[in-house]
Amino acid sequence: MAEGDQELQDLYREVLLDYFRSGSHKGTLEAPDFRAHGINPVCGDEIELTMRKGEGGKISEVRFSGHGCVISQASSAMMAEALEGRSVSKARELVASFKDMMLSKSPLESLPDELEALKSLEGVRKFPMRVKCATLAWNTLSQGLSAGEGKKSEFQEAE
Amino acid sequence: MDIKKIREDFPILNRKIRGKTLVYLDNAATTQKPRQVIEALVDFYQNHNANIHRGVHTLSDEATSMVEESRIKTAAFINAPKPETVIFTRNATEAINLVAHSWARKFLKAGDEIVLTEMEHHSNLVPWQMLAAEKQVVLRHIPMTPEGTLDLEAGRKLITAKTKLVSFTAASNALGTLIPVEKIISLAKVAGAKTLVDASQWAPHRALDVVKWDCDFLAFSAHKMLGPTGVGVLYGKEALLEDMDPFLGGGDMISRVQLDRFTPNVLPFKFEAGTPNIADEAAFGQALDYLSAIGLDAIAAHEAALTKKAIETLSALPGVTIYGPKDISQRGGVVSFNVDGLHPHDVGTALDLEGVAVRAGHHCCQPLMNKLKTPGTARASFYIYNTFEEVEALGKALDKAIAFFMKKPAAVR
Repeated sequence: MAEGDQELQDLYREVLLDYFRSGSHKGTLEAPDFRAHGINPVCGDEIELTMRKGEGGKISEVRFSGHGCVISQASSAMMAEALEGRSVSKARELVASFKDMMLSKSPLESLPDELEALKSLEGVRKFPMRVKCATLAWNTLSQGLSAGEGKKSEFQEAE
Repeated sequence: MDIKKIREDFPILNRKIRGKTLVYLDNAATTQKPRQVIEALVDFYQNHNANIHRGVHTLSDEATSMVEESRIKTAAFINAPKPETVIFTRNATEAINLVAHSWARKFLKAGDEIVLTEMEHHSNLVPWQMLAAEKQVVLRHIPMTPEGTLDLEAGRKLITAKTKLVSFTAASNALGTLIPVEKIISLAKVAGAKTLVDASQWAPHRALDVVKWDCDFLAFSAHKMLGPTGVGVLYGKEALLEDMDPFLGGGDMISRVQLDRFTPNVLPFKFEAGTPNIADEAAFGQALDYLSAIGLDAIAAHEAALTKKAIETLSALPGVTIYGPKDISQRGGVVSFNVDGLHPHDVGTALDLEGVAVRAGHHCCQPLMNKLKTPGTARASFYIYNTFEEVEALGKALDKAIAFFMKKPAAVR
């Protein structure tokens, strides 16, 4: 196999492509408890994140919409899956763990079990311009949680 | 044109990217620099470095002459009648902002109209939006046809007695479309409007004559034409420049200062406050010499041939859409494209893994991208050192990327 293929496969792992192709958690919830909007000005990608809370204040449903690359779309889908059934404080912890891993502040192994699928984004760490694609949904979530319930929030990645 | 010989002048073309030879196709963003320009920068700092227009010592004299020599070369390059009508800025963006600040802000009033096009780079849109908000000036936009050319009939109706300025790009950075500059200028003249030509994507690639065009203002950037970053050019008609207020205040732009007032300096220094980008302005002269030695007509012909081959090569691949005019004579050396089901960023990364550098994104033209109903495109743009083999390398790398991403059908969706 040519070297380029190897690197392409290392960056775009099968798991990542599967999430991208699945369309899992795409859409917009009616009357959500959280709504947050994020922009990556480098590429113009946008994400709209909506979430609903259920019993005991736990996150019950998460949907994302907008256009984006394989990395941002797969990361969003994996995030949505990981959040459902978790408390808001747990969600905050997960955001912190994921971002630390993506920014290479902590090793891959430090990711909690809930974020197992996100390990497939490991290869993205070697591409600084693409790290923002992976973190867009997470930063948008983080901003949305800080803005508080019911409020619409805006997040923008630094260029 | 001896491409092989030209390539020897560009040390960066020997760079390996992840083990692959660099194929640099992002020239609309910035071009690479020949050793003549790099050596001029080193020579300036090693042998001539001093501040200019002050001080009577030898180094200051030399540095001043070097900058003024570049100004004379720039004037000759665009056929400006006098070197004093050439103002050095940081980039084309600053040149356009200078006109917005020092001309439009002074002479335009509420209800006046500025006509732009839907194909403008943000640098020729946002300064006017800022002015419109401040002065209640109205902005109009000549629409783009679905093929990516300007709708001149619509333009004819938009340019009226209310129009005070028509500010437009000479060539689209996003699609490569060549704009009929003289036709638009003649429409503006009939309406009594001034004109500003954004020549950022024209000046590096084809001959330019401000007297023939008879434009009022013209802007471009040195770094897109082999020159260093941090140097822009504003040309303006002398009478207009004389009537305008200064841009930034400070040293060099004054002839006399008292505690409560100042008298502005003469052209061009009135618009060049503070210590300028001396070394880069000096080295820009080498870039102009380099381009002139090859000849702008030869450059344009070479790029047209590469563009033709690129369109043929990419069109043959599955799911590839190419934007912009079909008629090759209506486009410069830019090929903007998308692959069905693939985001331009993923295309850009996959090509980079093969050593092929293209731009992926909105190209600072979000309104144009909205019109094309796409968040962005991948864009290959060519220059004097690019070869047919490199166009083939682009085709091979894209073919590989398509095969990789499309090997499995969408699963659940």
